[in-house]
Amino acid sequence: MDGVTSLLDGFATAVTPINLLYAFVGVVLGTAIGVLPGIGPAMTIALLLPITFSLEPTQAFIMFAGIYYGGMYGGSTTSILLNTPGESASVVTAIEGNLMAKRGRAAAALATSAIGSFVAGTLGTLGLALLAPIIVKLAVQMGAPDYFAVMVLAFVAVTTVLGSSKVRGLASLGIGLLIGTIGIDPTSGQQRLTLGLPELADGIDVVVLAVGLFAVGEALWVAAHLRRTPLDVISVSNVRMTRDDWRRSWKPWLRGTVIGFPFGAVPAGGAEIPTFLSYATEKKLAREPNDFGRGAIEGVAGPEATNNASAAGGLVPLLTLGIPTTATAAVMLGAFQGYGIQPGPRLLDTHAELVWGLIASLFIGNTILLALNLPLATVWARLLRIPRPYLYAGILFFASIGAYAANASTFDLWLLLIIGALGFLMRRFGLPVVPAIIGIILGPVAEEQMRRALQISNGDVAGLFNTWFSRITYAVILVLLIAPVIVRVVRARRGEAPAPIAPQHANVEGQ
Amino acid sequence: MSDTAVTRKGGRSEFGVALLLLALGAWAIIDALRMSADLASRGPVDARTVPIAVGALLVLMAVLLTVDLLRGGRGEQEGGEDVDLSHGSDWKTIGLLVAAFAANALLIERLGWPISGAILFFGTTYALGGRHLIRLAVISVILSVGTWYLFYLALGIPLPAGILKGIL
Repeated sequence: MDGVTSLLDGFATAVTPINLLYAFVGVVLGTAIGVLPGIGPAMTIALLLPITFSLEPTQAFIMFAGIYYGGMYGGSTTSILLNTPGESASVVTAIEGNLMAKRGRAAAALATSAIGSFVAGTLGTLGLALLAPIIVKLAVQMGAPDYFAVMVLAFVAVTTVLGSSKVRGLASLGIGLLIGTIGIDPTSGQQRLTLGLPELADGIDVVVLAVGLFAVGEALWVAAHLRRTPLDVISVSNVRMTRDDWRRSWKPWLRGTVIGFPFGAVPAGGAEIPTFLSYATEKKLAREPNDFGRGAIEGVAGPEATNNASAAGGLVPLLTLGIPTTATAAVMLGAFQGYGIQPGPRLLDTHAELVWGLIASLFIGNTILLALNLPLATVWARLLRIPRPYLYAGILFFASIGAYAANASTFDLWLLLIIGALGFLMRRFGLPVVPAIIGIILGPVAEEQMRRALQISNGDVAGLFNTWFSRITYAVILVLLIAPVIVRVVRARRGEAPAPIAPQHANVEGQ
Repeated sequence: MSDTAVTRKGGRSEFGVALLLLALGAWAIIDALRMSADLASRGPVDARTVPIAVGALLVLMAVLLTVDLLRGGRGEQEGGEDVDLSHGSDWKTIGLLVAAFAANALLIERLGWPISGAILFFGTTYALGGRHLIRLAVISVILSVGTWYLFYLALGIPLPAGILKGIL
């Protein structure tokens, strides 16, 4: 019951008037910005990083807790009320959610999504609080080779599991690792890839990178293809569910939580797969399967809960091992590093107040979110009508402030433009952004662990896999790499057409 | 290479991605090779190892991407709520956005954020199709002056005041 007492201490940290205010501000800002079209949770956190510069780390992370869940809920609202999903984790919610909205049931869709997010978020956070101390106990025994192996697993998983093209995923990872290498090598003190520019000696600031890749890249990309006809925004009046909606929702919420949390907690990449899994499960278990495709509430309740549970699960590897599995987690890790804090098993000891304050704030933020969203859904829906020129100009405006304020240097503004151009190219040519951001943030840490492992083994390469844990991890990586190839070969022999495991984006109805 | 593959929109420009990967990979490897050997490290791994490995990965991906493109593979453009992929990239808008962005970077320390930020917001909104110029100008100034005060007073981060020093 280690977790429970620590959690109570965390509440003691979080429940001071000022910290509650930070959590509240985080939730409101996170939802308001996350609801804006084109802005996912990762961009929300990246854009809001600068306003936490002047805060103490504990308060900053209490605010992040609010932004994290707020941004995610905002994203689902967008995908229900507009007919196209903005980010991969909301793709599934958009399918039935938008159909419900079109049939005049937007209010029920938003309600089941809000309450489902609350249920899954609360249970997921509880899971995090209980699991984190256990993982930490195991993780303190992990050595450098083990960490390196887990990081390789994260790289492989994020490039091969997500996206349709492995070459493009790996290319994106390579670009990320390359950017991560820029700066002075901490071990030898030599400059790498700095072009002799003193501004690059410390590497590129994480705010510039995250804001450039997500905000500027996205704004430029959308600007080049801006839809000139206004989108059809569905209006909502008061958000509530009927007795029947409740009856049909509560089981999908719980099932979604059970599916989402483990997927988030293993370092293998994001909410995309579990949300599809939840959708498929609900479709199979539904009493009236024919409703699916016409706006079934189970198809919103399940994936939404999954999405949030997986987000809570994703904090387990982030806080205990320092390994991000999603773009949002990578930006959070960057924020930790910005405060000179390296998440890992010792984090719970060295910064116990911060970590448990953060976890307690996740509970608080979740509750605030529920209390706010039911009455405020109509206000959020109105944000969707913001004229697009102002919206994307605003993104560039705030991206520029953030990048400049990080170091008060004009050089960073030029760098922001270059990174933004890179983000534009990646979107244009189908290179996924997530492997790049994970490579940037995790690459340097992985290099350090690898070199430490080899120093311990006195340069012997066997030092990278001389523990049973690292060997098992490499075996898992091998399976991840080989299994799809074998499946394809077997299918080809049998003469079957390869069936996609998960529906592709192109299949999303209503696009 | 078949004609159909090239005539499809963006067919040829995708080879530019392969070229970019190749260039980045070569840069990493060349930069690593000019570094002196690291005396402090033991064994086969030193400061050059990771850049060389990453460079090799990028070069390999450049080759594999070229193969993929020659076989007719295409990168999937990213969709989104406000994205209409039925027409090509609108380079005029992009050009104007970059110009507004560059203006801010050039002017922020000379004229100060309240002015350069207003130019940035006005320019980008105009580029994106905002046409209520007077309303836009008012909003731009309110935003840039407002954020200056927000950062200065609430967050304690002074953004450049430039020529307005002493007035704000």
